[in-house]
Amino acid sequence: MLGKLTLSSIPYDVPILVGTFIGVAVIGIAVLAAITYFRKWGYLWREWLTTVDHKKLGVMYIVLAIVMLLRGFADAFMMRTQLALSYAGNPGYLPPHHYDQVFSAHGTIMIFFMAMAFMTGLFNFVIPLQIGARDVAFPFLNSVSFYMTLVGAVLINVSLFIGEFSNVGWLGYPPISELQFNPGVGVDYYIWAVQISGVGTLLTGVNFFTTIVKMRAPGMKWMQMPVFTWTSFYAIVMILLTFPVLTVTIALLSLDRYLGMHFFTNDGGGSVMLYLNLIWSWGHPEVYILILPAFGVFSEIAATFSGKPLFGYKTMVYASGVITLLGCLVWVHHFFTMGAGADVNTFFGIMTMFIAVPTGVKIFNWLFTMYKGRVRFEGPMNWIVGFMITFSIGGMTGVMMAMPAADWVLHNSLFLVAHFHNVIIGGVFFGYIAGMNYWFPKVFGYKLRDSWGKWAFRCWFVGFYLSFIPLYIVGLEGMTRRLNHYDNPNWHPWLLVACVGVFVLAVGVACQVGQLICAIIDAVHQKRDALDATGDNWGSGRTLEWSIPSPVPHYNFARLPTVRGLDTFHIEKELGRPTPVESLKPIHMPKYSVLGPVIGVFTFLFGFAMVWHIWWMAIIGLLGVFAAMVIRSADLDIDFYVPVEEVRADEEAFAKRISAAQAAE
Amino acid sequence: MKRLWRLFPALPALMLSGCTVDLLQPDGPIGEGNRDMMVLEFAIMMCVVVPTCIATLFFAWKYRASNTKAEYRPNWSHSNAVEVFIWGMPIAIIAVLSGFNYWSTHYYDPYRSLPKDMLVREHAENTKPLTIEVVAIDWKWLFIYPEQGIATINELDVPTKTPLNLHITSDSVMTSFFIPQLGSQIYSMAGMETQLHLLARNPGVLRGEAAQYSGPGFSDMKFKTIALPQEQFQSWVENVRNGSSQFASHEPLNLQTYPKYAKPPVVRESVAPTPSPVIYFGEAQSDLFQHIIAKYNNGMVRSINNGKIMRMDMHAASNGAASSSDTGM
Repeated sequence: MLGKLTLSSIPYDVPILVGTFIGVAVIGIAVLAAITYFRKWGYLWREWLTTVDHKKLGVMYIVLAIVMLLRGFADAFMMRTQLALSYAGNPGYLPPHHYDQVFSAHGTIMIFFMAMAFMTGLFNFVIPLQIGARDVAFPFLNSVSFYMTLVGAVLINVSLFIGEFSNVGWLGYPPISELQFNPGVGVDYYIWAVQISGVGTLLTGVNFFTTIVKMRAPGMKWMQMPVFTWTSFYAIVMILLTFPVLTVTIALLSLDRYLGMHFFTNDGGGSVMLYLNLIWSWGHPEVYILILPAFGVFSEIAATFSGKPLFGYKTMVYASGVITLLGCLVWVHHFFTMGAGADVNTFFGIMTMFIAVPTGVKIFNWLFTMYKGRVRFEGPMNWIVGFMITFSIGGMTGVMMAMPAADWVLHNSLFLVAHFHNVIIGGVFFGYIAGMNYWFPKVFGYKLRDSWGKWAFRCWFVGFYLSFIPLYIVGLEGMTRRLNHYDNPNWHPWLLVACVGVFVLAVGVACQVGQLICAIIDAVHQKRDALDATGDNWGSGRTLEWSIPSPVPHYNFARLPTVRGLDTFHIEKELGRPTPVESLKPIHMPKYSVLGPVIGVFTFLFGFAMVWHIWWMAIIGLLGVFAAMVIRSADLDIDFYVPVEEVRADEEAFAKRISAAQAAE
Repeated sequence: MKRLWRLFPALPALMLSGCTVDLLQPDGPIGEGNRDMMVLEFAIMMCVVVPTCIATLFFAWKYRASNTKAEYRPNWSHSNAVEVFIWGMPIAIIAVLSGFNYWSTHYYDPYRSLPKDMLVREHAENTKPLTIEVVAIDWKWLFIYPEQGIATINELDVPTKTPLNLHITSDSVMTSFFIPQLGSQIYSMAGMETQLHLLARNPGVLRGEAAQYSGPGFSDMKFKTIALPQEQFQSWVENVRNGSSQFASHEPLNLQTYPKYAKPPVVRESVAPTPSPVIYFGEAQSDLFQHIIAKYNNGMVRSINNGKIMRMDMHAASNGAASSSDTGM
């Protein structure tokens, strides 16, 4: 009846997990009780859970990303403390059985459910506003994408308390991920969490590709698109190119595990080398998918806070294109040690090195954006200076490993671990957090407190170097990744320093949580100086999203803007806003739908049932999703018109707020 | 306390003093090649990274909003000269590095027998290479010396100044064979043979490890690499053959006894599996390595003599094994 699921699958005898469960349960119950006490269930359901509004979906994505950041960071914290303890005969507090799940979960969560969710959140919120659109091309699909990502994240967290998670790393390399070596459900949780969220990401890709191609405001030519939209567009193209590869690879692995096939097994003609090539021909573009939007964020921020246009807009667009192209041609550098011929290794090595060219060009672009500017070091700008230094170092170690002759000793070492954290924390994470600080006032109409943000930055900057420079060094001392314990006296002091670093990072995370809590307090108290009255919170916004009120009305633009060049809003501020010629018209908008969460619930049932081999439940899940799609397809009542009176009232209120703000100055 | 703080900047140096940084202090020409490439790249890249970081901080400071004396050009966003510089310089650097990349990838290719000029430099041009067959098992390393007819578990003894031709496979999951101070690592994969060519220059004990995660016993999947001068290596081989060592196994290693040694230790959730002890086999079946590969390929294997695919004759082999086990007892 319940497949492989029995009472013994629940790890009630592991103190750490029981403690975590109690903690999660207490917080969960407190949140549910608070929602009930403040009578917010109806509001939550009507305004958020059933929404198809890209802005609200964006916010939900980022909330998910932050929750997953806390989870992934807890894993990182356990790994660093384990390695600080487990020296010279001391086994530490995490035996391999748990430790291996911890590092697998850390990687999977941070990439798929922290970084990807954060990135999709920024896409959702920012892109339609930057291109002057009222929503994305397929609003309902957007809601489905979100629930797919959410289901993946929920599955991975359920594995903590029911059964176990994968213990073979974030990419699930066979043959150790095959049934022969891994009969438990851990790898199955990994497969379905990644597979389901991957479908969500692919749908997001389709949605935003169409949105950017078809829904730009009248007059916006390709070379007038804001840089964030451009770099996101390249990332989306890569999603469309490579996520199908991920889906197929994971599907083949599940055929091995579920139907006894032999794609990647040791025997029966299976080949682990096939898996490595397939997974990395997705996996390498994936890191460029993550970093390109971050480059876009930095470009927007550098221009806004330097009071200048971005230096070399065209160069930036072309460089991103080159990165997109080269990013798909370098995957073999993840396994120079697999025994490929010297010519193959040389080709992929040189391709990898050449990615440093467009990336280096971008660094110089931001540098020359600051040059002869008026640089204001408000919250978001700190992250970019920290990024430029950290990323340059990370790029350098990346080029070092692009040389096969060097990679043959650095491969799989902690030097490698330090390198990719260097670029992912220093690039992706700094970028997304800067983006959150930058667009937060646009989303909610009030600012994040700068002081908390600055402390968060300082802790992340210092904590990063404290945590990862030691890892570079122990890497050079021959320490490989994923070790659970060790007895080399040379490594121990450095791993202690890294452990201190993770405590500093923890303070940084705490500051970020504090910053968000303060923002909620400011909002509840309607704190005056935190309000963004004009919509152009930083005073020097250049792109369309700063021309509309904060928070953005649900229809985004009362009149679709006419684009007159790059940085339209800046041009309008210089030359004066054209008086609107056409009168307001009713605005056509999509209706919210309960089918998004319904599909989410059935997908979860399907995923969970597949993990535990509960076939009847899997069938119910699939039928449920199918039925919801049929109902949606037959539903003709999916849109409505925003009356002119509502739009006009909003417009008048916005005009009043602006003139009041101007009078106050 | 204050005095201690004064030492703080020197802390990294203090922490490194007396330690071996394996990858920077290698003990063989391959490891030196790896290191030289690494250091060369580091040096060239630092020429860009350091000025970039300084320029970032300098521009951020000089053009800060409060410094109204600095020039402000609110519309300046393009300059052909700057564009040429920011594209040209990285391309030039990467072009140079690509040259080194091409050369070093071919020169140090793990599959290539050690180049003649390297052997001349190591005074090893007239030494006969030693062939060693390496099998990664859960979670230990088996080393077969086919020419000597012996085998060891978790200890690799090699003569110095002798080219080492390593043939590597796995009888379990994929992992990676790595002796940091000798240089280059290579994956071990079941049903396949990978190759690695190394050379140890000086006598000494080096750490060897599995460099690719391979399951709960991974952290203890280590082996000692003992580099001995030629004569001492010969007497070590004799010692292993006549079973006089404390690590000596009482039985030979062949198709019948192999499964017992290849069996993974018991895995429990609460503790790491026990590491495997060192074992010496005075007698090892000469084609055991081929049998281990053939097991995953319906009995087929690539011949080491002529490179052709051939069938391992299971029946004949087991007969041979049986007879050798008689003499071994």
